[in-house]
Amino acid sequence: MRLKHIATFVCLVMALTLPWALQAAGVDFYVSVVSRMVVYAIAATSLNLLIGYGGMISLGHAAFFGLGAYSTGILLSEGVQSAGLHLLVIGLVTGVMALLIGAISLRTRGVYFIMITLAFAQMLFYLANSVKGYGGDEGLTVKVRSLLPGGMSLQEPATLYYVALALLAGVLFFLHRFTGSRFGRAVQALRDDEVRAEALGLPTFACKLVIFVVAGVVCGIAGGLSVNLQGYVSPNELYWTQSATLMVMVILGGVGTLWGGVLGAVALLLLQEVLSAYTPYFEFWMGWVLLAVVLFARNGLAGMSASLAQWRARL
Amino acid sequence: MSSTVLLDVRRLNKRFGGVVATDQVDLQITQGEIHALIGPNGAGKTTLVAQLAGQVPSDSGSVHFDGMDITRMATHLRARRGLVRSFQITRLFKSMSVLDNLALAIQASLGQVFSAWRPVKQDVDLQDRAMAILVRLGLADKHHWRIEQLSHGEQRALEVGMSLAGNPKLVLLDEPLAGMGLQESEAMTQLIDSLRRDFSVLLIEHDVEAVFRLADTVSVLVSGRIVASGKPADVRTNPAVTAAYLGAAQ
Repeated sequence: MRLKHIATFVCLVMALTLPWALQAAGVDFYVSVVSRMVVYAIAATSLNLLIGYGGMISLGHAAFFGLGAYSTGILLSEGVQSAGLHLLVIGLVTGVMALLIGAISLRTRGVYFIMITLAFAQMLFYLANSVKGYGGDEGLTVKVRSLLPGGMSLQEPATLYYVALALLAGVLFFLHRFTGSRFGRAVQALRDDEVRAEALGLPTFACKLVIFVVAGVVCGIAGGLSVNLQGYVSPNELYWTQSATLMVMVILGGVGTLWGGVLGAVALLLLQEVLSAYTPYFEFWMGWVLLAVVLFARNGLAGMSASLAQWRARL
Repeated sequence: MSSTVLLDVRRLNKRFGGVVATDQVDLQITQGEIHALIGPNGAGKTTLVAQLAGQVPSDSGSVHFDGMDITRMATHLRARRGLVRSFQITRLFKSMSVLDNLALAIQASLGQVFSAWRPVKQDVDLQDRAMAILVRLGLADKHHWRIEQLSHGEQRALEVGMSLAGNPKLVLLDEPLAGMGLQESEAMTQLIDSLRRDFSVLLIEHDVEAVFRLADTVSVLVSGRIVASGKPADVRTNPAVTAAYLGAAQ
């Protein structure tokens, strides 16, 4: 238990001092690489809420990433730079879309739910491809970035990094509180057995819809950060492979665990970064890693650290 | 015994394609009684329970509960009004401890759903209420166990306890004795017997001996129809019943 707290503290200090450390080492290019990990950690955590806590296996979660990214990208290209306004629009657009998609999709279960969420995401993918005014299939490049209330710009890599890190911390802290709360218990109960949960008096459909919308909005915020990071958004960010990548992150990191999304996003992007320096067949090797995780470490990296702690306790 | 009718079922029907599962069922359950529903396999007992709990929509007929028409009411709203069912196949929340299962059942009955910030563990009142039920079930010392660590009999007891947790007015117990050993069966029979004071019970059961020991009223369902209903002694000697059910069983 103490080791866990020390480890968390060390990680936090490292996360906070990272931009300075990288600058001191003269490789400040890597700040944006790490920011990318943080942005995907937010997105993967939101999907983990949906899959791991709510038991809703969506293969269309990238739709919300893309909606958030396009909302922000379009506002930026029209000269609207206020980060607060971006957040509001992301919340509205992804929230309303998640409400619509959820209200329809959540009437189905299992494979049908996977297919219908995939279908909605693909519809939005083709929509993004066809909007010629905002880049069409070539994607939308933005020259400016969001401005924080104090006037600081997300153009500055360190600023973007800290904003993303603060948002990730907020998401994780909320998830932690949620897990032990009444709503968290209700959602985990309906994941275990929906029929029983309903028979006890829980409004299971409403519970699932709320989680679907929250997960969608959080993923939309990650999308908004992504545009600021890359200065670019393309329809590929709504493509189903993007949804699958998020799902791989969740499985790799640990389904239904607090840190699963973070660990999965960091591990996958790190592997991508390292492996792609040596081989053009990154996906091939990634496949083996995923196979190993599914076969030997069902609870992903988070589960592995838990069993490591158990093993230590036995010594 | 008070004669207030708590559950009033009138001419209830359900067909699955060409199969008639529930055929013009009339059923009255009065306050505070243990009302047993028996019948041979495939008589439609479980379908009727699912209709009463709102999980299977009825084709026609009406269900009134506690003075309100609930024929079209959603399952979770029926549970909130005090009509709760248990399951023939144990359905418990496997990721939660024994105590947390019950705490959730109580929380659900109180309609406490969307509070996403305050930890449940800090709610001493809720924990105490859950613990009190575990004492009644004889599971108090196993409160922190995981579900799969419990024996089959203990899981069945918890299954029944889940439906009692929220202090319902009427509990529908779907074969609580199913698959139980002799000792476990005896403990469960005593538990159901003790419910008489606090709840009304609709008991679906195969174990005829237990039924005649527990029930105040017995109704017999054959091929979706109620063929007899009354005091256990009268039902036992009813010729239609002996022909259709007891005769075949003995």
